[in-house]
Amino acid sequence: MKSSLFTHRYDRNRDTLSPENQNTLAAATVAILGLGGLGGGVCEMLARIGVGHLVLVDKDRFEPSNLNRQLFCQEHLVGLPKALAAQARIQAINSQVRVSATVETLDESNLYERIQDADVVMDCLDTIALRFKLQDAARTAGIPIVSGAIAGVAGQVTTIFPQDRGYELIYGKNGRDQSDGVETQTGNISYCALMVAAMQSSECIKILLNRGNLLRNQLWIAQLWTNTFEIMDLI
Amino acid sequence: MITVELKFFVTLAPYMPENAHSYPVEENTRVDTLMKNLGIPNDLVKLIFVNGRKQEDGYQLKQGDRLGLFPPVGGG
Repeated sequence: MKSSLFTHRYDRNRDTLSPENQNTLAAATVAILGLGGLGGGVCEMLARIGVGHLVLVDKDRFEPSNLNRQLFCQEHLVGLPKALAAQARIQAINSQVRVSATVETLDESNLYERIQDADVVMDCLDTIALRFKLQDAARTAGIPIVSGAIAGVAGQVTTIFPQDRGYELIYGKNGRDQSDGVETQTGNISYCALMVAAMQSSECIKILLNRGNLLRNQLWIAQLWTNTFEIMDLI
Repeated sequence: MITVELKFFVTLAPYMPENAHSYPVEENTRVDTLMKNLGIPNDLVKLIFVNGRKQEDGYQLKQGDRLGLFPPVGGG
């Protein structure tokens, strides 16, 4: 049983992914910061496709209000740390994935240390100010960011390389001082969170495999009430 | 007069006029003037897109422009 898991696990990835692609993913490290609606979906998809090492960080514990959308939140897990629930879920899906999970608050003092070994950082954070701090750390470390953000049934995704202007183009030069976005008014809906997590996962895989087109200096925006999907040029 | 297409996202959607798909304005109307005329507070708008490209609020609208307004979105 165990050996057939290892032999056939990635059969249905082929031939979209070649054996060489699969080996590249197995050797890759991706940091996933924030394990809410976006981060949970990203963990699930990257573990299933076969990214070899996932670094997970979130300080929060599950609350009842997370049950509407956060993939790893179950009733009996309310009160437990999201990072440990994500670790358990990933290991149950794919025991070949190495998981480094940390329950801690992210800020300037530890962002660099947490992401420095990653090939890609997935920004699944929930405050605009912390996203700017992550961008500073990722620039220093020379690591690309795939950023997702959601509000209600709308979302956005962009990919930021170290030399790109990144969040300044989206949130403005004063974005560091931006209070939270409109998600504080709209909440977040399950299918929108997972749709944006899927777009982020796709960008991550394209970076790791050096394939396809990336959303650099572009913003993919979606609004599901109106079936609006557009890619906007930021420069 | 010219006509432009308006698409306002998320919390800005309630400010869309009924004839948003073909909205009449004076040629060269600035985006910030249009926003003011529609009662949209400046601080609610984070991104202005015209024909799929980011623009500033001083952009002057031309016939057939597609104007998108997007609020700050930061949830995870």
